[in-house]
Amino acid sequence: MEFWVIQTFNGLSYGALLFLLASGLSLIFGVMRIVNLAHGSYFLLGGYVGLSVVWRTGSFALAMLAGGLAVALIGVGMERLFLRRLQKQELAQVLMTMGFALIFQDLALLIWGGDPYSIPTPAWLTGSLRAGELVFPRYRLFVIAVAAAIALVLWLFLERTRAGAVIRAAVDDEEMARGVGINVAAVSMGVFALGAFLAALGGVVGGGFIGVYPGSDFEILPYAFVVVIVGGLGSLEGAIVGSLLVGLLDNFGKALFPELSYFTLFAPMAVILALRPTGLFGRA
Amino acid sequence: MSEIQPLALSGLSKAFGGLHAVAGVDLSVRPGERRAIIGPNGAGKTTLFNLISGDLMPSGGRIVLFGHDVTRLPSFRRAALGLARTFQITTLFPSLSVLENMLLAAQALERTKLMFHRPLGSYGHLYARARAVLESVDLAGKEGETAKNLSHGEQRQLEVALALAGRPRLLLLDEPTAGLSPAESQMMAALLRTLDPAITILIIEHDMDVAFGLADHVMVLHNGRVIADGSPEAVKADPLVAEIYLGTD
Amino acid sequence: MPGAARRGGWVVAGLGTAAVLLAAAPLFLSSYPLTLLTQALIYAIFAMSLDILLGYTGLPSLGHAAYFGVGAYAVAILATEFRAGFWTCLVAAVAAAILAGALFGPLAIRAVGTYFLMITLALGMLVWGLAFRWVSVTKGDNGISGLERPTLGPWSFADPTAFYFLSLVTFVVSAACLVVVVRSPFGMSLMGIRESEARMRSLGYNVWLHKYLAFMLAAAFAGVAGFLWAYYNGFVSPVEVQLVTSVEALLMVALGGSGTLVGPALGAGLIVFLKNFVSVYTKRWLLILGGVYICVILFAPGGIIGALKRRPR
Repeated sequence: MEFWVIQTFNGLSYGALLFLLASGLSLIFGVMRIVNLAHGSYFLLGGYVGLSVVWRTGSFALAMLAGGLAVALIGVGMERLFLRRLQKQELAQVLMTMGFALIFQDLALLIWGGDPYSIPTPAWLTGSLRAGELVFPRYRLFVIAVAAAIALVLWLFLERTRAGAVIRAAVDDEEMARGVGINVAAVSMGVFALGAFLAALGGVVGGGFIGVYPGSDFEILPYAFVVVIVGGLGSLEGAIVGSLLVGLLDNFGKALFPELSYFTLFAPMAVILALRPTGLFGRA
Repeated sequence: MSEIQPLALSGLSKAFGGLHAVAGVDLSVRPGERRAIIGPNGAGKTTLFNLISGDLMPSGGRIVLFGHDVTRLPSFRRAALGLARTFQITTLFPSLSVLENMLLAAQALERTKLMFHRPLGSYGHLYARARAVLESVDLAGKEGETAKNLSHGEQRQLEVALALAGRPRLLLLDEPTAGLSPAESQMMAALLRTLDPAITILIIEHDMDVAFGLADHVMVLHNGRVIADGSPEAVKADPLVAEIYLGTD
Repeated sequence: MPGAARRGGWVVAGLGTAAVLLAAAPLFLSSYPLTLLTQALIYAIFAMSLDILLGYTGLPSLGHAAYFGVGAYAVAILATEFRAGFWTCLVAAVAAAILAGALFGPLAIRAVGTYFLMITLALGMLVWGLAFRWVSVTKGDNGISGLERPTLGPWSFADPTAFYFLSLVTFVVSAACLVVVVRSPFGMSLMGIRESEARMRSLGYNVWLHKYLAFMLAAAFAGVAGFLWAYYNGFVSPVEVQLVTSVEALLMVALGGSGTLVGPALGAGLIVFLKNFVSVYTKRWLLILGGVYICVILFAPGGIIGALKRRPR
């Protein structure tokens, strides 16, 4: 019983972290149809920027903000200067984002070196809550809370604001959106900034429990893609359900079938793809 | 000369969400018939063609092609029965040469199309067929040209040529004169009149001169339904047609 | 027409010179450049196999390393665990790659465009996950080491020159096979699918079947490349099947010029040499490779062959 509760909890907290990464990836994909291989780099860079900010200022909140904003700026630069001119050229976009991913990886190595770090977390987030035999680390609860808050804000933003409606329209049908006078270029830029911000935020938050280290970009990227593929491209519900599913599958897979743990993640994905090529919540 | 009916539709329907693009169309076409399908924009003409060709699957009804029920068959199987079509929006192989376009069309129904160990160049009869059809649509001099570099008029001619290369018995022409100048439309109409009379033809056409000049039978679609069907004279005289179609155009 | 004939003449002359140079390379190259050339030939086979999908059929696979890796792992496992010989390993590598292609193909080819990218990426990750975690078979992250170069009858390929010739012969045979295929009726049909699936369908082609066959063909030759790679490297690890390897193969094809076969081979050679020479002089190799990606997309969208073709006009 204890095993199941703890593993479920760990799965949920990892899923929460994935949500931060995947929600942005999904939105970017939904609006721009770009397979962004640099999305893991946003996670990595966010973590490193957050680390430096914590070292300088000691403020974790400031680290989250600064990491997010710095990387959002990088995302905007990539979109405006490079990706925009490659509209509808899927392959060129992929190769371009790969180029950036390699450059970011190497720059991070140049600036922060090859040692793994953990971002120091505030005192009130260390330690754990106990319920009888069960132990819940406070920091993991915090990660879940952050993801839940972001999910709520994103949902309100997409469903209740004009800007959100515009994004949803652009996800549904870009040509139509253009036809009714929506500035798709501006939407693309905004969504890219938002996606990069969320991924970097994930990097800072994740830095507190999985750490910041070279290679984490390409380690977490596949997870984000699986979430997006399983949930459906451009769907917030899909990103939520997909993240939790992937977080749980990964955790239980690793705990129960360590030999096949990636298989327990990717095989259900393959099955979902076979049955529903557009993912659980995706539209054709 | 067995006279198998080329095409019979019964109760054919297609709904997109709540929109009934084609709503219960019945149609039977005689061998060698030349039938024009007219109707205002959005009447369901192209959707009807897409259903017949297999590019769309119907929501209801039956399609019988040369005696075979093809309602659920994919389009390539229908092509094998002798059906060919052209598209309203020119659909060529843009970065291949005109000759390569035609070779693809000429080998489409041959068994040899899956051969992977012999060069295409060794199949002389395909080249002969490709060149003969190019000749018949006045594109003989253009075979080395890349398809996307042809003029719009030439592209429309190639569009028809691709459909003819497989010796179809039933040909669906979706607005062959779309985007053509009046002079080019005249040439296209002349070209279509030279087609083998044994080929059964359905043609969607906005240019009434072309439609009525070619067809011995006219069918009018409106909101997915057939509202008139008969000889060109009878359809022209039909007051309902005049009201909703000819009058408003 | 005379222009085309002249260009054809140049191509024949270029290929002839290349063949002579490659055959004579061991006479004037020391062992290090020769191993690089061997590596280039292996990647050339891999890149050409990807070009069948990307350049000819118009299917941008983001998981092609899976088939390369399946071939390499098949050799590594059979050669180390079962002492299997040359032919057994070759057949097993190709068969395993084709089998993987046969299994994944139906999932992938129902999608087009970006979705195809995503699905092939996901399937590639599935293979990577197995390589990484199925430790009892693949030895996980440690990889399988201790592969010895094979022997075939009286010949041993242990010597770098001998292995170079093995790679060269395999490359020439593979390239010849692929050239024959792309010039055949089937190859023309693949190009038709790249150009317009809708038209192919209405003409009477079973587009699905053609894509499926192309998928397995590409997997088979990726398996051949994986076969050579396992022996060349003497070591097979999850690196062989990771996303970065798949994308690098795409870069090779794009750099050389997709849809040409010669281009991807050239692109593979360039990337291999660039990688090895640059990493001698600087540790910032990834930075430079990233720059190469971006420059190729910005300045040479048609690749080297594309740029050469435009030149004469």
